[in-house]
Amino acid sequence: MNLSKYLRAVSIMAVGAAVAIGFSGVPGQAAPKKGGILNFVVPDEPPSWDGHRETTFALIHPFAPFYSLLIKVNPENPSSPTDFVCDLCTEMPTPTDGGRTYTFKIKQGVKFHDGTPLTAQDVVASYNKIIFPPEGTTSARVAYFVMVDSVSAPDEHTVVFKLKYPSGAFIPALATPYNFIYSKAKLDQDIRWYEKNVMGSGPFKFAGREAGASVRGERNNDYHVPGQPYLDGFEAIFSSKQAVRVQAIRGDRAAIEFRGFPPKSRDDLVDALGKDITVQESDWNCVLLFTPNHKKKPFDDVRVRRALTLAVDRWDGSKSLSRIAIVKAVGGVVFPGHPLAAAKADLEQIPGFWPDINKSRAEAKRLLQEAGVSDLTFVLSNRAVDQPYTIVGTWLIDQWRQIGVTVEQKMEPTGPFYARLRSQEFDVTMDFNCQSVVNPLLDIGKFLSTDTGNESYGGYIDRDLDKIFEAMNRAPEEAEQRKLMRQFEKRVLDEQAHSFVTLWWNRIIPHRSYVKGWKISPSHYLNQDLANVWLDK
Amino acid sequence: MTIATELGTKVELTDERKAPSRLSAIGRFARRNPLGAAGGAVIIVMVLVAMFADFIAPYNPVANAFDRMHEPPSLENWLGTDQYGRDVFSRIVYGARTALLVGFASSFVGATFGLVLGVASAYFGGKIDLILQRIIDIFMAFPLIIMALAVIAIFGTGAQNVIIAITIPFIPRCARVVRSSALAIRELPYIDAARANGFSHTRIILRHMVPNVMAPFLIMITAFVGQAILLEASLSYLGLGVQEPTPAWGLMLQGGAEEYAESAPWIAIFPGIAISLAVFGFSLFGDALRDELDPKLRSL
Repeated sequence: MNLSKYLRAVSIMAVGAAVAIGFSGVPGQAAPKKGGILNFVVPDEPPSWDGHRETTFALIHPFAPFYSLLIKVNPENPSSPTDFVCDLCTEMPTPTDGGRTYTFKIKQGVKFHDGTPLTAQDVVASYNKIIFPPEGTTSARVAYFVMVDSVSAPDEHTVVFKLKYPSGAFIPALATPYNFIYSKAKLDQDIRWYEKNVMGSGPFKFAGREAGASVRGERNNDYHVPGQPYLDGFEAIFSSKQAVRVQAIRGDRAAIEFRGFPPKSRDDLVDALGKDITVQESDWNCVLLFTPNHKKKPFDDVRVRRALTLAVDRWDGSKSLSRIAIVKAVGGVVFPGHPLAAAKADLEQIPGFWPDINKSRAEAKRLLQEAGVSDLTFVLSNRAVDQPYTIVGTWLIDQWRQIGVTVEQKMEPTGPFYARLRSQEFDVTMDFNCQSVVNPLLDIGKFLSTDTGNESYGGYIDRDLDKIFEAMNRAPEEAEQRKLMRQFEKRVLDEQAHSFVTLWWNRIIPHRSYVKGWKISPSHYLNQDLANVWLDK
Repeated sequence: MTIATELGTKVELTDERKAPSRLSAIGRFARRNPLGAAGGAVIIVMVLVAMFADFIAPYNPVANAFDRMHEPPSLENWLGTDQYGRDVFSRIVYGARTALLVGFASSFVGATFGLVLGVASAYFGGKIDLILQRIIDIFMAFPLIIMALAVIAIFGTGAQNVIIAITIPFIPRCARVVRSSALAIRELPYIDAARANGFSHTRIILRHMVPNVMAPFLIMITAFVGQAILLEASLSYLGLGVQEPTPAWGLMLQGGAEEYAESAPWIAIFPGIAISLAVFGFSLFGDALRDELDPKLRSL
């Protein structure tokens, strides 16, 4: 046997052994252990407890474990944008009627935490609240379901979604982790009951909350997945200070934070804890935006809005900020790397992405002068969360300073920050587009007209933009979708300058090595019901 | 100046008999209270630094320079740079403005309101005094920082709101101290005489009582400035005070003390020293001023 044959044989054996170990796992580590309390830190508290209304991780991390979904991302493969599994349904349906009808069979014997049975009526009531929110309620995901015509329950264990047109965006929209299945009885009693109360059918029961401190959950012994959850319970500990959260993991007061730490914190934890810390990293379907209030002068002038984006050097910012913050990739409105995302050459045509920042800033100054506001001063509303809001906000202020604009930053906790966004009482606000399943056709709904009920806060109505969105969602071919996506992007970021992308996030999760079963995904919203998490202690 | 004596001789008054000059008064104060003088020197330096920050600071305190992030102290950046590459020395220099603005504004306004309230409470006495003092009791039951946090929760963050948040808890504290002095003054004959002459309450309070409680008022103001600087730093450290990128010492601590304590300690150490020095200076000066203005202490 010559050397190359020998090496080939060794390589085959090595790969075979590695694959075998990879699939079977190391004995003793693969079998989940039952018991224990998972302590994790959460950087913020949610404005309300209603998943249908909210868009923040601060709700998902402590409250997702209390609820079931109709379908969810595969917890064993959460990075995939196409791998979905049933949660309350019995099997993933095959669409009928030319892709316009989806029929889900609902598991039998599922109980809410108060002991009442969960039926198809509860699923229909929940989705009706999400898709067709009654007056007086807010749903953050109306635009996700623009293709849905109706939701009905022909019997107690069947739910039928009828679509207006076939859409590949429908199933990912259903898997959105905020689509908690609520009790119809509770919704009938008070449609806003879930804003201040918890009652689901998820792997954990609500065990208590201390305002500003923690939310606790205990194992639901009647959970509809046999054998799960593995944990006895969990405690979500709120702390807005990043340093406190890092120290909590370092001191083992908490085992994990599911949102993400900057590179510096990762390095500190790895240096301090060595093999006791495990790091999972991923691209992140999350981006910080800044949005001028179109209803306020001088931001009703497109020249002023364009000047604001022209001042920002995103290419340099990516290099600099990625060293201190959880941001990295430069991109347009679509998750970078996705087939529908803008290529670098496309981006460089858009104001704010030009390769020559000096030319860009000169144009910004010219536009401000032309608009008669060369000494522009305004307040930037921002969310009082360390990463990456404060850092990106402070960076933006310095970028604007370089075109002669003076900006004061107003930081507010999540509740008041959202209240300000919703009441549109701001000059320019930091905003974000964080989505769960990577689904660009719907993810860009954030940029639609304000009256689409889609968490768009700029106060603008742009029917041409809405039409492009609609056409894109009906387009069957990816090439056509891509072409329309470029039109959409140009209109949002350039022609109308409605709202602006800063930098896309980079997710880094250093956690205690004894936390098992949890896998990172490109979203801090996904895979958070903790049903399959266990502690190897 | 010449005066005639009973014996008909004329005596020429020398300069020594004239009112002492300000310089010599300061000299005497420094000799009697060397620590107070040191405190005063710190305050003067701080005021000068704040006034001439534009000339003293070598860099723009808000300009990011990511190519110089986390630079240790050097000839180029005397106190190093922070996580945005901003010059720490320049930010400390400009931070003195924020500290003094918040410190003086909140202590002066708080003490002034407290002065009026305290004197009025003592002057009117009876039910008015009783009610005012019980209200003051309620306010004083809360520690300064808790009261300030409550006010921030209502009004929101920002420099102006920080001043309001610090001013409000100062009012009852000053009112309580001033009232105790005013109670004694109220019993003096000249107040009775003023009443007998039919002077209005406002005139008696403002013209005859307030000037006589100026000593505790001034002492309170001085003591409050140091406390206000510390409170502003505390609020900013908690993220509830002034906001980035405004140069403020507490905010610099917030940005640097936690995340970079090990790898870039200068980000937190130098603003910490600035806060300590300022508070120490005002405390020393306030104590010395109290000793100087309180006749009982002076005779000891």
